[in-house]
Formats: sequence, structure tokens, C-alpha cells
Amino acid sequence: MIELKKLSGGYGQFEAVHDVSLSLLNGQITAVIGPNGCGKSTLLKLCCGQLHPSRGEVLADGRPLSALSRTDIARKIALLPQSRTVPDITVGSLVLHGRFPWLDYPRVYRTEDKAAAEESMKRMGIWEKRHKLLARLSGGERQKTYLAMVLAQNTGHVFLDEPTTYLDIAHQLELLVFLSELKQEGKCVVTVLHDLGMALEAADRIAVMKDGRLMITGTPEQVIASGAIEDAFGVKLRRREQIGFECLEPQRTEGFRVPTADP
Amino acid sequence: MESSKRNIFVVLVCTVGLLLAALLALSLGAVHFSLPELLYGLKEGDSSTAGRILLHVRLPRLLAAALAGTGLSVSGVLIQTVLQNPLASPGIIGVNAGAGLSVALCMALLPGMILILPFAAFLGALAAVLLVYGVARRAGASRITLVLSGVAISSLMTAGINTLATLYPDIMSGLRDFQSGGFAGVSIGVLIPSGVVTLFGLLVSFLFAGELDVLSLGESTASSLGLPVRFYRFLFLTLAAALAGAAVSFAGLLGFVGLIVPHMARLVLRGSGKRVFIALSALMGATFLILCDTAARMIFAPFELPVGILIAYLGVPFFLWLLFRERRQRHD
Repeated sequence: MIELKKLSGGYGQFEAVHDVSLSLLNGQITAVIGPNGCGKSTLLKLCCGQLHPSRGEVLADGRPLSALSRTDIARKIALLPQSRTVPDITVGSLVLHGRFPWLDYPRVYRTEDKAAAEESMKRMGIWEKRHKLLARLSGGERQKTYLAMVLAQNTGHVFLDEPTTYLDIAHQLELLVFLSELKQEGKCVVTVLHDLGMALEAADRIAVMKDGRLMITGTPEQVIASGAIEDAFGVKLRRREQIGFECLEPQRTEGFRVPTADP
Repeated sequence: MESSKRNIFVVLVCTVGLLLAALLALSLGAVHFSLPELLYGLKEGDSSTAGRILLHVRLPRLLAAALAGTGLSVSGVLIQTVLQNPLASPGIIGVNAGAGLSVALCMALLPGMILILPFAAFLGALAAVLLVYGVARRAGASRITLVLSGVAISSLMTAGINTLATLYPDIMSGLRDFQSGGFAGVSIGVLIPSGVVTLFGLLVSFLFAGELDVLSLGESTASSLGLPVRFYRFLFLTLAAALAGAAVSFAGLLGFVGLIVPHMARLVLRGSGKRVFIALSALMGATFLILCDTAARMIFAPFELPVGILIAYLGVPFFLWLLFRERRQRHD
């Protein structure tokens, strides 16, 4: 479990997250939603110890992150960042790097690391592509490779920053199944999602952020009922029943105008 | 062929290539030696004319070219990986000019103290790389800001070298050779301190190649995998400065080697780890400079072209090709 206690932080003098208190539970998917620039990615970096809080603290399984080494944190928490490089390495090598936190000097991958990487690749369905260069893969396959790396890291907490970006709908749905499997394994899964429908469908709990502050945390029903989503995004939600399923769709608020080049 | 086996095969081929280049460099010159004459000369040593030419002229020159090629190439690998910029190199981000300014300062203020030149070059190179990195980080650390701040800092350092040349005219002739780069008149004694620094830098790069692999995944991913990113970035930049500084201290300003060679290695390797990449870059760098130096000696014989000039003629077209290739890949 990850606990945030009155957490504030950001980049240098700029504080992007203010006074956030939140419990992220094992065996649950928590979706962090909010408009662009509201501090979602910064919150994830603070949770994973990649940024140091200016105030407050983060506890991982009851221990403050500040008391843990980088390696200890990496054995507990995996973060899949939003923007990633495409290094000139094979799929197999990248997934194997997921075992890096478990290695001592001289950082030589052991038989058990190779077995863990193989299992992760098979689970993500990329075992056949293990000798392929990362640059030669499609966006979806590359995402699966990074997810296999996260799997190989074998942490109790998995954080994903906008993992559905650039994915087609089939890969997005596959990702949701993957997150659900992690949850079934008892892992604490936290993801930033831009797709409201997907967040409301996949997550057990929703955390809504606006201007660096946490507005509400609760089940999707509680969050919808609170009106926090409308407030955070400046839109209205209405429930629309369609054939066989129902979904929420955003509705423009009064006075909303799409900016155009011509006045 | 599987990638790892193919890469090992490439390294073996390049090792053979290096040995052949070394034989060629020892054989060709004002006096050509056949293989038996070469072996005889090396066996006889100072007691034969061939031995004296080989031991006191061609062998030091061969070692100098190999050392400088190794140092600059591995430095290029480290800098390109740490800055995640394929257009970065010791020359382009100001390391060479920083080392050059430091060496010029030593030549002006502490004449005759040859032994401290590698360390002075290292300090100058380190100062330059940290300055460029610091400026680029404040300005957004994009690929373009890094290259631009490197150009700016290099210009500043070059202005410093020229100022010293004006104030201390005695160092002018030495400086001219230094700025065009080359291995004429180099001796084993001069190479020893630089050789120690280069071997040490190479060894540490090999030891921490695993960390370099993880660093190449980007700051956030590397940090998520437990790598203390700041520490290792500083370590690798320091190593890069040491390797480039050691080379510059006896070879002068040899631009483009650190840029060209890692790209040559990348063209023939397929998805290797950084350990193999470093090894291949070191082998190719040594071979490349040995061949360039041999060509520089032979093209206009009996006149000798400074090797730095020949490298610039090869390096500029390669750099431009790289820029166009980068642009093409972005649009694909």
C-alpha cells in the first residue's frame, strides 16, 4: 500500500502538487484523472520517489520513501513513464532490464532473471519477437514490451502514466485486461488516464485532480455523483443509454467555444 | 544469425582489422618495410636502422593514433548515451576546446611540464562538459540547445586559446600543431600518462556498461529501475571528459572522431548492449585513426598532412549525412 500524507512537491521553486493525502490500496486499480497540467504526472513521480516532496511524505508498505534507497524503491514500485525513448536494443534486452533492481554488482543477469523475463514476454505475447529491435515494432507492440519489462520488475506497486496514449482500441482493451490481472494478483495499480469512460469502467477508485489539488477520491459512482469531474474539466456529463450498454459522455458547458483561427 | 552471435563476429572481424591496420601503419612510410623486414626490425631493436625507425617513429605514432582513436570514440559513445543525443560528441559539445584551452594555459604558464598535460586536459574537458550540460539543462536540455550551447562554449574556449596565443607568442608554433591535431613527433614517454588515463577510463566504462544500458532508456525509466541517475550521469560525463582530455593532450584537437566512430559502430551492430558497443567503438576508433594517420603521411609524401585536417574532410560530410538521416527518420 502507498500512503500520501499532506504531500506537496514539484520542480524546483514550482510546486505542481499541493497538500495531497491519499491511500492507494493493494488489489485495486486507482485511476488518476484531471485536465492537462493539473499535476497528475508530478503526483506519480512523487509517489515513486523520482521527485522529492517539498512537504509531507510518501509511505510504501508503512516505510517512508525518504528512508529507502533507490534500489529498495525500485524493488517495491515500478513506474512506466508517459514519454519513453526507443533505445537501439532488442525486445528481449529491454524486458531483461526490468530485472536490473534485483542485481548486485557486476550487474550480470542470472538464470532466474532470464526466466522471469521469458515469462513476462510470454505473458504479454511478445516472446516470438524477443530478437527484434524495439524500433522495428508498432506502437502497440512497443507498449507491450515496456509492460513486460514492468512485469519482470516484479513489484507490488505498479504506476502507469497515460499508458493508452497512441494505442488503438484493441490494444487499449488489452491493457485494461492486463491491469485487471495485476489487480487480481493483489498488486496496487495506479494509472493516469485521459479517457474518462475507460477510467470509470476499469478503476475501482478514481482520484480527481485540479490545479495540483486532489478534489475527491472514491468509487466511480461516488465520484460521478459528487460532480467533481464536471468541476475539474469544465464539462457536463450525461448518461446515455445505447444498445446493450450505457456510457457517460461529456457535454459542453454553456459559453464553451472551440477556439478557431478565424474570428 | 542471432544478434549476439552476429555482434561477437563483428567484434572479431574488427579486431583482425585493427591488427591489419597496425601492420600497414608500421610498414608504410618514407621507407617501406615488408613483413619479414618488419619482424626483423622489431626483433633487432635499436641495433638496426629499421628497428630505430619502427621503435622511435612508427610504433609511438601507431600507439598514439590507437590511444586517441579509442579515447575519443568511447568518449563519444558515453556522451551520446548520457545526453541521449546522437549528434553530440566530444568536439561538438566543447570537450575538445575545453581540454585545448587548459593545455594552452599550461603551455603558457607552466612550460616544460609535459606530465601534467593529460590532467590539465582532463580538467579543461570536464569543465567544458559540465558547463555545456548546465547551460543546456537551464535552457530546456533539448538536442538543439545542447548542440547550440556546445557551439557557444566551444567558441568561448577557442577565443581563450587565441587570446593566450596573442599574449604568449612563444606557444604559437606548438598551438598551431595542437589546433590542427596530429601525431608528428610523439614519443612513448608522452603517451604513458594518457595511456594510463585511457585504460582506466575504458575499464570503468566496461565495469559500468550495465548502468549505461539502463541510462539509455531515459531518465524516468532508468530511475524507476533503481538507477541513481544523477550520479551515473556525472560519472559517465567525467569518464568521457577524461578519455577525450587524455587524447587531446597529445593529439591536439581532433574533431569528429567521437561523432563518426560510434555511428559507424551503430551501423554494423544490431541491438547490442553497451559493453559490446564500447568494445567495438574502441576497436573501430583505433583502426580509423591509424588508417587516417597512415593516409595523412602517405597522400602528399614526402609532405605530411596533419591528420586533423584529413579527419575534418571526412567528418563534415558524415555529420551532414547524419543530420539528413535524422530528419528523414523523423518524417518516416
